[in-house]
Amino acid sequence: MSGSVVDNTVSSGNSSAAIPTDISGQILDLDEDDDLEVFSKDTTLTDGSSFNASMQTSPASMINQYKFEEDADTKDIFVTVDNPESHVTAIETYITYRVMTKTTRSEFDSSEFEVRRRYQDFLWLKGRLEEAHPTLIVHPLPEKFVVKGMVERFNEDFIETRRRALHRFLNKIAEHPIFSSSEDFKIFLTAASGELTSHKKQGPGFLSRMGDTVKAVAAAVRGVRNRPQEFTEMQEYVEAFSQKISSLDKVTQRIVREQKEYLEELKECGPTYALWSQSEEELAEPLKNVAGCVDRCCKETEEQVKNLSDQLIPVLHEYVLCADTLKAVLRRRDNIQADFEAKTEALATKKADRDTMRDDLDKAEDRLEWANNALKSDWTRWQKVMRTDLRSAFVDTAERNVSYYEKCLAVWESFLHSQRTDAEGNGKVDFS
Amino acid sequence: CSKSNFLLKKMEISVAEAEKRTGKNAVNMQETYTVYLIETRPVDAASEGTNPVPDSLWRRYSEFEQLRNYLLVTYPFLVVPPLPEKRAEFVWHKLSADNMDPDFVERRRVGLENFLLRVASHPDLSTDKIFYSFLTEENGWKETVFETGFQAKADSRLKALNATFRVKNPDKRFAEMKHYGDELQSVISQLLRVRARAADRLYGVYKVHGNYGRVFSEWSAIEKEMGDGLQSAGHHMDAYAASVDDILEEEEHYADQLKEYLFYADALRAVCRKHELTQYELEMAAQDLTSKKQQREELATGTIRTFSLKGMTSKLFGQETPEQREAKLKMLETQIEEGEELVKERNGECEEFVKSAWVDIERFKEQKDHDLREALISYAIMQISMCKKGIQVWNNAKECFSKM
Repeated sequence: MSGSVVDNTVSSGNSSAAIPTDISGQILDLDEDDDLEVFSKDTTLTDGSSFNASMQTSPASMINQYKFEEDADTKDIFVTVDNPESHVTAIETYITYRVMTKTTRSEFDSSEFEVRRRYQDFLWLKGRLEEAHPTLIVHPLPEKFVVKGMVERFNEDFIETRRRALHRFLNKIAEHPIFSSSEDFKIFLTAASGELTSHKKQGPGFLSRMGDTVKAVAAAVRGVRNRPQEFTEMQEYVEAFSQKISSLDKVTQRIVREQKEYLEELKECGPTYALWSQSEEELAEPLKNVAGCVDRCCKETEEQVKNLSDQLIPVLHEYVLCADTLKAVLRRRDNIQADFEAKTEALATKKADRDTMRDDLDKAEDRLEWANNALKSDWTRWQKVMRTDLRSAFVDTAERNVSYYEKCLAVWESFLHSQRTDAEGNGKVDFS
Repeated sequence: CSKSNFLLKKMEISVAEAEKRTGKNAVNMQETYTVYLIETRPVDAASEGTNPVPDSLWRRYSEFEQLRNYLLVTYPFLVVPPLPEKRAEFVWHKLSADNMDPDFVERRRVGLENFLLRVASHPDLSTDKIFYSFLTEENGWKETVFETGFQAKADSRLKALNATFRVKNPDKRFAEMKHYGDELQSVISQLLRVRARAADRLYGVYKVHGNYGRVFSEWSAIEKEMGDGLQSAGHHMDAYAASVDDILEEEEHYADQLKEYLFYADALRAVCRKHELTQYELEMAAQDLTSKKQQREELATGTIRTFSLKGMTSKLFGQETPEQREAKLKMLETQIEEGEELVKERNGECEEFVKSAWVDIERFKEQKDHDLREALISYAIMQISMCKKGIQVWNNAKECFSKM
């Protein structure tokens, strides 16, 4: 990924060797996303058959669907993901999460639902949404595995991090004006496990997907000729954004590492002061006191590190994945345009089957217009959401840092206070 | 002279500056070294408001060392204040271990001034003439101190070590003090090591935040509404990263205070070792006297209680003549007389030493407790200052972030 990262550029201009180049260890396993990319739930298979049943097929009305007005006050669906449980079968071990839904929407049979879902089910949902809306932006899922530093897929921290990410994922879907009315989404939230399994088996068969993939690859290879300026600008933005957010992710991870190493050293300070106090008489009390203070600061530092890991890093990480999603969306849009351009050319050059071809061309033109409008609207919405998410993540981090320093401040002030009271009693120390 | 008549009450002393010099050394090779400017001024003059120019002279670190060695030998019953370290130790990586480094030189200047002030405020050391001329006589001081012949008076290490192993009845208090000195040295060394490593790490944490500054700045360039908030937040991250330099510099001062007592521990142990030596010499003299007395008794009564080669050979080859015995007895008598004088003398020395040394040790204890408590307090104040800076920076950053 980005090479412009972390390292030696210490702002004081000091060529300290403290921060070596170390991008190497940061590679994350992303083949899940790649798979989704190639077996395209994208481009030309959108001939209407896999559209959401509640949507009308005329282009004009399709365009009207994309009025992304969001009334935050009228939130009528609440989704939570919690309660991970482990399941062991003869073949595999896996985790399920409880997904609870509370809603007042009429299309739901009831107002409360509780189901159990596993990661695969979330992947399925994401795939379906992307399939149905190739140029809308689906919030990313946490990755299948994290390669670096993760030995056990089912360790507590990993499960908790994943749970939070899945929770955010579903909430982003629920907040999306189009996705939240998806039939697949509804089934995901409400169907019993058996129902879900059979519903999953529907949809375009393997062979037809293969055929579509071939078309998709062909379109991708052909490339787009006259990409509108605004989409080129979008692409440039996404490239730059991707780099920046990756850098931030890496910087933050680096900070966590350095903090942990600092903590390791600091943990030895308290005990050393305590050891010293054992040899002293008058000094024993202040030394023990200092030992206690250092230990308390250690605890605060530990918590601060945990917060950084649990709160900021997952959000940054999600936006790294978002950047990849955006790139994919832009590619899919390009492919739709390439397909349209190809069909235009074909109509101009070939003589036979002109009627069918004109028909195809019209459909392709509609698809393109629709894809472009969908993307433009969702892009605006995405930017707002991104802004809100990252702003609150950074504000949150800053608040926690303030709180950390405030707690440490209190620790040391209490030490000073105890020494003052002592000193004033003994008439010894001068605090000028 | 009165114990409260410290030199420091009459004279202001400071080590005002440091300068690099080059010159030829003892083996005629070019060397670069640092000299320190010692300034002295009578206290009264300053208070009169006339503020005359201080007297001053330049001294090298090695001359300070000479002065201290002289004091050590001349006042072995006193806990002599230590010099700042010869070479930079317990450094965390950013600090230079180079003696020529300006930061090191500056800290050494402060340490040397502290040394002079400590000596000048000591009830006994401050009255020493050599010390006075160190402060006031630029030329000829070296010769003066050499003429005291102090080098010859120094105890050999071997002699001291021998005494430590063989002494039978050292004063318990001194044995405890020595043990305390060992512990103090060990624990302060450990603390300095741990602190240096933690400082290293803390430096890393702060500096990495500088990268936030850079990335925020770059990111702000591609955003519209978010740009300003990001850009200004970035500046605060840079400020945060830069703030660690001052923080760690202050902490270095704390480390220096600890180091002084690390070296003081050594001075304390030196007094205890000297006690062991004087005690040992007393014991040796007493033992010698006892053995001589026993020999006299045996010779007088004719009984041999102790085994001696001479006794055996005389048994084998015949007794000595009465004249020989008479002569021997006479010699022994003289030796016993001398021995008794020696024991009396050494006993006196020992008692004198114990008395004076213990007074100074008590003084040192009080000073140590006071100084180290102050040091801990100043450490707490430093931590508070660091926390306050952190609160300020992150509050500022939070404001900028909320404008994103």
